[in-house]
Amino acid sequence: MNVLMASVVAILYGVGVYMILQRSLIRVVLGLSLLSHGANLLLLSSGGSAGIAAFIGRFTGEDTVADPVPQAFVLTAIVISFAMTAFCLALAYRSWRLTGDDDVMHDDEDARLAESTVPHGGRS
Amino acid sequence: MRLLLALPVVLPIVAAAVTTLLQRNRVAQRVVSSVAVSASLAVAIVLLFEVNDQGPVVSSVGGWVAPFGIVLVADMFSALILVVSLVTVLAVLVFSFGSKRNDEMWQFHPAFLVLTAGVSLAFLTGDLFNLFVAFEVSLVASYVLLTLGSRADQIRNGITYVVINMVISVFFLTAIAFVYATFGTVNFADLSQKMGSIAEPLRLSLALLFLVVFGAKAAMFPVFSWLPDSYPVVRAPIVAVFAGLLTKMGVYSLIRVQSTVFVGGGIGTVVLVLAGFTMVVGVLGAIAQNDVKRILSFHIVSQIGYMLIGLGLFTAAGLAASVMFMIHQIPVKTSLFLVTGVIEESTGTTALDRVGGLRKQLPLLALMFGLAAASIAGLPPFSGFIGKLSIVEAGFSAQSYVIIAVSLVVSLLTLFSMAKIWSGTFWGGFETARPHNGLLRSGHRTMMGSTMMLVAVTIAIAVFAGPIYVLCERAAADLIDPSRYIAAVMGK
Repeated sequence: MNVLMASVVAILYGVGVYMILQRSLIRVVLGLSLLSHGANLLLLSSGGSAGIAAFIGRFTGEDTVADPVPQAFVLTAIVISFAMTAFCLALAYRSWRLTGDDDVMHDDEDARLAESTVPHGGRS
Repeated sequence: MRLLLALPVVLPIVAAAVTTLLQRNRVAQRVVSSVAVSASLAVAIVLLFEVNDQGPVVSSVGGWVAPFGIVLVADMFSALILVVSLVTVLAVLVFSFGSKRNDEMWQFHPAFLVLTAGVSLAFLTGDLFNLFVAFEVSLVASYVLLTLGSRADQIRNGITYVVINMVISVFFLTAIAFVYATFGTVNFADLSQKMGSIAEPLRLSLALLFLVVFGAKAAMFPVFSWLPDSYPVVRAPIVAVFAGLLTKMGVYSLIRVQSTVFVGGGIGTVVLVLAGFTMVVGVLGAIAQNDVKRILSFHIVSQIGYMLIGLGLFTAAGLAASVMFMIHQIPVKTSLFLVTGVIEESTGTTALDRVGGLRKQLPLLALMFGLAAASIAGLPPFSGFIGKLSIVEAGFSAQSYVIIAVSLVVSLLTLFSMAKIWSGTFWGGFETARPHNGLLRSGHRTMMGSTMMLVAVTIAIAVFAGPIYVLCERAAADLIDPSRYIAAVMGK
């Protein structure tokens, strides 16, 4: 795995994590897709460095070809993460329809728990 | 034999497609779903007998032999868990016929069947990447089931659940990439053979990475908070199947990967400490709650700790105890949630301070809850007692007294919180004006029938604990020493 690929993967993971920690849902979804791109690139480079011939056609003995297994993995993983991103976008859209903004909704239960514990605190 | 192994995965997937086409016809959907799940269960039982006779059964998908192609493997551990899971799935499916609310949505059946297929695949696969696919298949179905109806609270908690699970999936992919870069294979048996060839620190870091991934899926201690947050908003039959199966998939994969692939050792103490914290934090969370579903959700977390003890000890007796505890836990936990489902359908709520006195109105339900709760609290002679006894015995023989002490204290606290549910919902006066006329619906009988069936299964596990424990010991022997598994997969 060459340095360029490693740094790209690291940057994708870093930016992805930063985006997930945002309040806005659309940023969370973008962060998730960046994270999965990072994972896909990592998976792809686990098969060896870039630039080797693809695994097609006939080969005669000494040729080196790229390992096709991680490529098959990545193909599967891309399809899965595509479907997941679509589902997340649908969720985000529904959330926007319900609340009128793009932020992660407040947890009613949390608010109720916070209210119910204050009088029992015995500090008053 | 080859076809047989794929059937528990293929049948539900095909049925999911058929039920999608039959979306206008509820009765046809129900027939197709029940036939597919029953047939899968029958196949799983045949597999169990086959595995008992001749050891691990292997099938290469598409004729590509291991380690190049994907293999499906049934050994004693996977066959046992598969049978118990499918029994539970069938009970929940029958329950959902009686529960009015779920059948308003035609999407329930396809999603439920896809979930079943994913769970079966996770238990049968012998390949790390295929395990990832199995997790994704069942997770996608669980996302749909969780947000079915798209009410505001479902969307809010659904987003938390989806985002956390997607992040864990990215971790899973990362771990697979590291494994492939290290070994050039993702086949369990092949990995197990090659594990000795790498340096110990590398092996340890890969094992820890998988501990994080599957620990998070199983709601293990530091990463459990998503579970009690998202499960209580889900409708009863759906949360029942989540509670019974989804976290257990994490536990199954953790045991499978740490024993068959990483051949134990190294992280036992870490697992034991985390198991202890999982038990304590889960049960303390349960005691603080005031809603039946929330209490039970925290209990899922707490009981995961028990299953991990055996893995942490990593002795034959410990692993056998873990398998036994999983077999007991899957139907018991689900039946408790089914009881909750009947309460929810009859009274419209599961908050402890808004229901009460159900003992008089629903005496049979009270009995069912009593049996399941006594079992989960580990009272003799129920199945939970046998599960916990085997864990305690394994702990004594491995001289891990601290974890045994913790597990016994947690057991008492479990009993306390079950008593809290009992006194809150079944005892006392009529806090709800009257149960809805839902009691008179014909669906009520269906729901009660399936709950009783599942409770009967848990009692049967207690009655036949001897023979079942022998099977668990065989499963544990193959987990401790994967040579039979490797020989079956690699064809030597």
